[in-house]
Amino acid sequence: MQAFEYIRADDVASAVAFVSGDPQAQYLAGGTTQIDLMLKDGVLEPERLVDIASLPLRGITRDGEVLRVGALATMEELAADTTVAERLPLVREALLAGASTQLRNMATIGGNVLQRTRCRYFRDPTVAACNKRAPGSGCAAVSGAARMHAILGASEHCIALHASDLCVPLVALDAVVHIQGVDAQRRVPLTEFYVLPGDRPDVETVLKQGELVTEIEIPLLAPGARSGYLKVRDRASYEFALTSAAVALAIDRDVISSARVALGGVGTIPWRAPEAEAVLRGAPINAQTFRAAADAAIQDPFTVAGTAFKVELAKRTLVRTLETVAGGDA
Amino acid sequence: MSSTSKMKRAATEVDVTLRVNGGAHPLRLDSRTTLLDALRDRLDLTGTKKGCDQGACGACTVLVDGKRVLSCLTLAAQCDGREVTTIEGLGSDGGLHPLQEAFIRHDGFQCGYCTPGQIMSAVALLAEGRAGSDEEIREFMSGNICRCGAYPNIVAAIREAAGGHASL
Repeated sequence: MQAFEYIRADDVASAVAFVSGDPQAQYLAGGTTQIDLMLKDGVLEPERLVDIASLPLRGITRDGEVLRVGALATMEELAADTTVAERLPLVREALLAGASTQLRNMATIGGNVLQRTRCRYFRDPTVAACNKRAPGSGCAAVSGAARMHAILGASEHCIALHASDLCVPLVALDAVVHIQGVDAQRRVPLTEFYVLPGDRPDVETVLKQGELVTEIEIPLLAPGARSGYLKVRDRASYEFALTSAAVALAIDRDVISSARVALGGVGTIPWRAPEAEAVLRGAPINAQTFRAAADAAIQDPFTVAGTAFKVELAKRTLVRTLETVAGGDA
Repeated sequence: MSSTSKMKRAATEVDVTLRVNGGAHPLRLDSRTTLLDALRDRLDLTGTKKGCDQGACGACTVLVDGKRVLSCLTLAAQCDGREVTTIEGLGSDGGLHPLQEAFIRHDGFQCGYCTPGQIMSAVALLAEGRAGSDEEIREFMSGNICRCGAYPNIVAAIREAAGGHASL
């Protein structure tokens, strides 16, 4: 566990300037994953931590048909928001299905989006083969004890999972990430924010050193839209997903007029499923439609012995979620 | 400030004032010091327990500004000037907090190691208004693991403290 310098940030501009100019500096927000990976696992070793907790990035405000969520709003604060309860119920369900109340009081929305894609081999520095920690060293998980691992966007280079529940509905809803750099701001759709691991799993997002996530913008669901988040896991609460699904549907006389679908527990990034959405759009509500959508959602999975079960489990998870959201007798 | 704190601070040290159970404690700490270790090793408040020390068990639960958090994954430096409440800060005038009494009455523990965390979590649970049913209590207490398996009695104690009917 390397010693580090702890620095409190007073304003956004100077924090961004500082971290942008120092490759050995990182931001600290809630810290629930970062402190764990630094102090407990010893796999992150920044020389300087810039605590951004007192920056004015906490607010949650409705702006027309969009919810603007400050990056430092906590998971519990977002779950308690009345607009989320009324217009983004699947976001609330995903938030409350994640972690524990203690962790949700600490963890921020920006930090949730930026949580490391990780696995037990990444977290164990005594394991030599980890392309995420040491590019080119191999992947111990592929031939190891894999269960909490990805099957989509995965390869022999890396099967580490993006374990967020929240990000599953966020990619389904076309959330947008607001980013502050030294000279400019930019907005990146969450579906384009994450980088598939390929042969460089150490690179997880499009962020450059020092760029700061300041806000997550979430488009509201149309009034009357039906939605839901289902999480399947090894114990009933306080456990990562084996598989999960976020679904939002607009239904007109037993025909699906529009669909948003994303999967969790299976991807190296939060996994939007446009192929499933295409199957659902214009289709009648019935069991055949749902199964066809589930088959379309899982394209070319990369499985190892420990994760092969997830292909069928993910499909059934999506079918169950579609049944529940459609509310029909399919 | 004490005279030692006027000495030049190393870059990897941090000056923090921890406000714990109503008292203020200026400390100079290695930046890596967690709130848990500062409470136990510097302030001798050993009621807060170190279980897994990696955010998985809830034994280290304390309140910061009234919200329950895990002190093992919180840097002490992050708590500068914030109000920390530990199990030692519950109750008043030497008397027990109603939840402490309820845990005793319902035998809500066996070895007792997870108990301070369970009680601190339950204090917050009641404040959050999440003790409406046994199902709700179980869900929102899931961040506190009890390896002795005292869960039924923990739920009963919380239900009673919440004003619900206590069934034994």
